[in-house]
Amino acid sequence: MRAAVIGLVTALLVSGSAGAQVVYPLDRAEILAGSRFDLKVEFPAVADPARVRVTVNGQDHAAANGVFGGRAAEFTAREDGKDTSALMLRGASIAQPGTYAVTATDGDRTATVTWQVYAAPQPRRAKNVILMIGDGMAMANVTAARLLYGQMTEGRYRRTLAMDGLPAMATVGTSGTDSIVTDSANSASAYNTGHKSAVNALGVYASRSAGTLDHPKVVTLGEIVRRQLGMSVGIVTNTEIQDATPAGVFAHTRRRADYIPITDQMLAFAPEVAMGGGSASFLPQSTPGSRRRDEKDMIAAFKERGYLFADTAAALSVAADPGTRRMLGLFNLGNMDGALDRFYLKKGTVRRFPEQPDLTEQVSAALQVLERNPAGFYLMIESGLIDKFNHPLDWERSVYDTIMLDRTLKVVLDWAGDRNDTLVIVVPDHTHGVGIVGTVRDEVQAEQMRDKVSVYADAGFPNYPPPDARGYPPSVDVSRRLAMFYASFPDYYESYRPNLDGPRVPAVRSGASGPFVANERGNVAGAQLRLGNLPRDAEQGVHSMDDALLRAVGPGSDRLHGFVDNTFVFRAMAEALGLGRQ
Amino acid sequence: MGMHILARRALLAAPLLLAGRPARAAERLQFDDLYGGWTVTGLVFSDRAKALAGQRATMSGFMAPPLKAEADFFVLTRDPLSMCPFCSSDAEWPPDVVVAYLKREAQPTAPNEVIEVTGTLELGSWTDPGTGFVSQARLRGAAFRVT
Repeated sequence: MRAAVIGLVTALLVSGSAGAQVVYPLDRAEILAGSRFDLKVEFPAVADPARVRVTVNGQDHAAANGVFGGRAAEFTAREDGKDTSALMLRGASIAQPGTYAVTATDGDRTATVTWQVYAAPQPRRAKNVILMIGDGMAMANVTAARLLYGQMTEGRYRRTLAMDGLPAMATVGTSGTDSIVTDSANSASAYNTGHKSAVNALGVYASRSAGTLDHPKVVTLGEIVRRQLGMSVGIVTNTEIQDATPAGVFAHTRRRADYIPITDQMLAFAPEVAMGGGSASFLPQSTPGSRRRDEKDMIAAFKERGYLFADTAAALSVAADPGTRRMLGLFNLGNMDGALDRFYLKKGTVRRFPEQPDLTEQVSAALQVLERNPAGFYLMIESGLIDKFNHPLDWERSVYDTIMLDRTLKVVLDWAGDRNDTLVIVVPDHTHGVGIVGTVRDEVQAEQMRDKVSVYADAGFPNYPPPDARGYPPSVDVSRRLAMFYASFPDYYESYRPNLDGPRVPAVRSGASGPFVANERGNVAGAQLRLGNLPRDAEQGVHSMDDALLRAVGPGSDRLHGFVDNTFVFRAMAEALGLGRQ
Repeated sequence: MGMHILARRALLAAPLLLAGRPARAAERLQFDDLYGGWTVTGLVFSDRAKALAGQRATMSGFMAPPLKAEADFFVLTRDPLSMCPFCSSDAEWPPDVVVAYLKREAQPTAPNEVIEVTGTLELGSWTDPGTGFVSQARLRGAAFRVT
């Protein structure tokens, strides 16, 4: 009973609300032995340094023989000029696995958190780790991808996806320290650090700090494996390379939108391979198309550090040169285009950037460069446009990019062959609420498109053409198409048809600061105005809390089954690499 | 709610009609004609844009949500933009925006209304001293109307 009361008091003290006394890493953090993190204590008022004390398992944290090797946290009386004190110990680590209770007091108030420090139970089993993220990939995205790629007759698929063949499977919880529903930054951060944080945060705990770059940092897997194992690191995406998921490999900021600092952090981290869009953040501000606020030429800066630069699919051939050890590939000023636009509709920015590679080509080149390191590599691959198209309720485009992820997995599995030294994980970072409920059949005679939605026995099967050699049906403009609907949406016009004119913008703001209303451009023949179920300041669909489905193969994949938290994905990768052992 | 929005729109639109009409002499410049080359290492102004530099030009587009209710400049975009380029992050604003500096302050239009802006075309990197906003193409001494 008494323990329960103490526990309750502790919980109240460490809850993240304003004014509370907070210790970072937060309670119940799971920390890889030897991995670096910033210990931070936030006091709710100005504290007397003479009365401030932080202990670890009862011993002063700065004790010469203590867990932090005699290092003491730095006391700031007025953090950010405010009437609150803080303690910070940058770059702390704990070598010995075990349970650690950290208690911080200012003499009046006390807060305690408990950390579990773990190490790989057995030596390194995987030479390489490949983490493939389908950004925002919901179950319906995968099912629709299988249907379009695999075709169905009488209820049976003619073939299934590459990911369907992976033996290990788990459902993943994606919630963060601040909310049940998270974003790609926090989720990428969990996969790459093993720590949960908050929406918009990358490689940091979301603390009280005013500066976005000042928050308590946690080291990423990429940083650990380069330092400890001499492995190479690759980052391949089709979004801007500064976007949340790729940035999760190396970045430390409270604000994922810090594209310029993230670009600069990427140069400092210097991954052996980085490929994606987003050259706008590399160009000096005087160059049209630049997004920078300075005159730094970051492409030149990468070249100076020995990077070969590719800006087209053809230029990826430099990867084949045995001397290529570092490669930067930027193929669009902004996000790259998705598979439906690139291969078939030629919308988006395809005409402006006609020589973009696709993810399969990027990954083939990345593998060529990375496998030259005998110490192995960690490669993060993101099919990032699945999410970019789920947001504006553009399911066809999101499904084509789901097929893109799967085709890329095929490249990875063909490369991995039967070498059995590479852990491959395919996983969404979060999901969207979306479901397939039937078909839309133009043959139904009806004035309103909704009456052409056919369910149960009426739905039958869609008539998308068979996929071409690339793996995609060459047309989405068919007379019997999937009826696939999103669970969350602003006001928008539902056309029950694919957006052949380019990516959809479902809602636009009315007036300078008014609510979002349906984009009149969507008011095509037969379209139906759907009043949103989101607050009117929402411009598009939102992420869901629904479990994400993970698949895996290779050494260490056996750890992934049942339900796991997103932080456990980090742990599984760390264990496969034998990290944390003395 | 529909009534409310209609009333609001009417109020917003009224002063715009007074904001000025494009001079007849102005040459029309499409967004697609502003840049002749799109490359990963930057945009290149088209010959037509370069020829029009320093002259009156008219461009059609959408007014990005502005910094404040009344302003003497705004960002003109090719497609409707839902967020405000000044207040939002480094992320996700289009590279081919044009900044319009108005002859006089005006209230913003709805972001999904097509407007026509006429002003003197100015090309090259310039940082707005008030906001720090960096632009590559501007329409100076501009006026606009809802089309």
